[in-house]
Amino acid sequence: MSKLVYLVPLFPLLGFLINGLFRKSLSKGLIGVIGSGAILASFIVSLVLFFDVKSAGAALPVEPLFTFINTASFKIDFAFQVDQLSSLFLLIITGVGFLIHLYSTAYMHEETEAHFGRYFAYLNLFVFSMLLLVLGANYVIMFIGWEGVGLCSYLLIGYWFKNSEYNYAATKAFVMNRIGDLGFLLAIFWLLSKLGAVSFVEVFTHLDKLTPGDITAITVLLFVGAMGKSAQIPLYTWLPDAMAGPTPVSALIHAATMVTAGIYMVARSNALYSLSEVAQHLVTIIGLATALFSATIALRQNDIKKVLAYSTVSQLGYMFIGLGVGAYTGAVFHVMTHAFFKALLFLGAGSVIHAMHHEQDIRKMGGLRKYLPTTHWTFLAGCIAIAGIPPLSGFFSKDEILAAAYAKNPVYWGLGVAGAALTAFYMFRLYATTFLGNFRGTHEQEHHLHESPAAMTWPLIILAVLSIIAGFVGVPEVLGGGHMLRSFLAPVLVTEHHPEIEHSTEYMLMGVSVALAAIAIIIAINKFSKKPQLEEPAGFGKVLADKWYVDELYDAIIVKPLNAFAGFLKNVVEKSGIDGIVNGVGRFVQYSARQLRLLQSGQVGSYILFMVLSMVVFFLVYWNQAMITHFFQKIF
Amino acid sequence: MPIQYYIAFAATLFCIGVVGVLTRRNAIIVFMCIELMLNAVNLLLVAFSKMHHAAALAGGGKNVTTGVEGQLFVFFIMVVAAAEVSVGLAIIVMMYRNVHSVDVNFLNRLKN
Repeated sequence: MSKLVYLVPLFPLLGFLINGLFRKSLSKGLIGVIGSGAILASFIVSLVLFFDVKSAGAALPVEPLFTFINTASFKIDFAFQVDQLSSLFLLIITGVGFLIHLYSTAYMHEETEAHFGRYFAYLNLFVFSMLLLVLGANYVIMFIGWEGVGLCSYLLIGYWFKNSEYNYAATKAFVMNRIGDLGFLLAIFWLLSKLGAVSFVEVFTHLDKLTPGDITAITVLLFVGAMGKSAQIPLYTWLPDAMAGPTPVSALIHAATMVTAGIYMVARSNALYSLSEVAQHLVTIIGLATALFSATIALRQNDIKKVLAYSTVSQLGYMFIGLGVGAYTGAVFHVMTHAFFKALLFLGAGSVIHAMHHEQDIRKMGGLRKYLPTTHWTFLAGCIAIAGIPPLSGFFSKDEILAAAYAKNPVYWGLGVAGAALTAFYMFRLYATTFLGNFRGTHEQEHHLHESPAAMTWPLIILAVLSIIAGFVGVPEVLGGGHMLRSFLAPVLVTEHHPEIEHSTEYMLMGVSVALAAIAIIIAINKFSKKPQLEEPAGFGKVLADKWYVDELYDAIIVKPLNAFAGFLKNVVEKSGIDGIVNGVGRFVQYSARQLRLLQSGQVGSYILFMVLSMVVFFLVYWNQAMITHFFQKIF
Repeated sequence: MPIQYYIAFAATLFCIGVVGVLTRRNAIIVFMCIELMLNAVNLLLVAFSKMHHAAALAGGGKNVTTGVEGQLFVFFIMVVAAAEVSVGLAIIVMMYRNVHSVDVNFLNRLKN
């Protein structure tokens, strides 16, 4: 039974190989079937595994595939671990992944066969890497997947590689991820040097061998990795730029799965994090800052995908708040619901962009409700879910995090609720500007507006249904639910912190957050459905629209000095220094050869002269050997 | 007479020969200078031979040779030099017939 696990990543890998190698000879239909079919097969196997884990109530026994690294002091197996946490992630990745693959078959249909094949090959490779990341039984295998998803993210952001701006965005994402990866890698080395083991089971059973300082260092370094991958301050600026990729890629990689890898990693290491106050505070504060900061930026963005991107950064911040205050279930729950509604929103945005012929500026949309009814209703469901209106899924997961934050410190809760109200506001600003009011595009665009094909609307409908009902797996006790998800995940998230809050307080907290969200929604709809923000922002609005000038700041303090330093190395050190030495050696040899050549004059007399002279020198040396040796000894 | 006198004399002769070869362009004179160097060597050979023989006799050794080994070498060299002179002079004569000059620098057409 345990061998079944290996099928899960095998299918996407096969899909990647077939689509990648034969992309020029396969037809588009076949590429789509292979790409989506591979993920569907993985999903079915994942379902089987999930129910196995559920009935067993423990991790499935999995034999290591082979020994990955074997040295005298440690041994690392290429092993998988299927427990409650990873099986849940398997379902999210393959389930949402399949829907997005299906959607892509229609969305990417304008591409030529070879590029279509390349797209699906990358997408399959991504899913393979992501599965490796969540299945790995130790930090090293996780790191392989971690790097793999980073690579695929790079490849897919720069999918339209003829546009140099997109390539720049791809490079930016890759470089920022590398900064985080360095932290992750250092944490792995630290663990290896202190424990000699990296597998989760071994590390978490030998925590007593680590000093508090070690644990703090390891957790903070791991969190640096999570910051890069999950786009937290200060490494978040790559995610909005990553919207250069095709929209389904944004949905899969930059909303539903890859960016949640950091949350998975921290949740997986919860035993470590719960031992370090410092790391927990750091995670909470970074999460909170990111959640609020990016929410304010999202208020004034006019690109439909940019709003969603900043919203993703903000929601990831919420997940980290959950992790920081010890509500690991809440964070994982939010990963799940967020995967549904954010994938839904991105795919809905993709449907709009498709209908508008690649127009992404919401100021040129409006009134799309009439033309795109399915997209409209599903998008609305996503917006309500993310805004946190009961009984949609976002409410339950966000509220669990906020309740835990309140138990830790009411200030966290206050800021979190403020962020939630901002979320509701900017999401409904987006909704109202896009779908309500009158159409503001050109006449030609209006003529071509059409609902997307079934391959695009069905994933939307399924995700909308999931966004609406997914919350019911985690209904808190206070609302009469048993919180199935918490009891399911309890064996893995052993250090889960259960806040003790009075029921009346909890009702009040929910009431306040829902009321604030509802008020924000009403204001946003009233404000933007009739009179959208078409004018260029001024004053503080301009600061928000320009993203607090963080990109410019990074450019000024990091990119420019680095470029200048690289220029110095290139122009001065390399050109005059190293090149000078290399060319100088060549020139010296050439010059001396030219001079020495003159000795071969063809005059017999001169040859004899040299012969005589050298004999004279020889005799002098021979007779004065002792003197010359003495002379050299003086010098050296 | 001490051997140093012979050595100094032979060295002087040899140097005169070398300088002559290096500085003169007339093939005949160059040739004569070569002979001069050869004879400087001959002189040394004879001198050293005589010196070693005298030393051996003074030491009262048993198997003392007759002391003519150096002179034998000299005769060999003289015979070879005579043969060489005949060939060399023949070459110089041929050279004169062809280019009407005995200047050695004139014959550098094989250069390059």
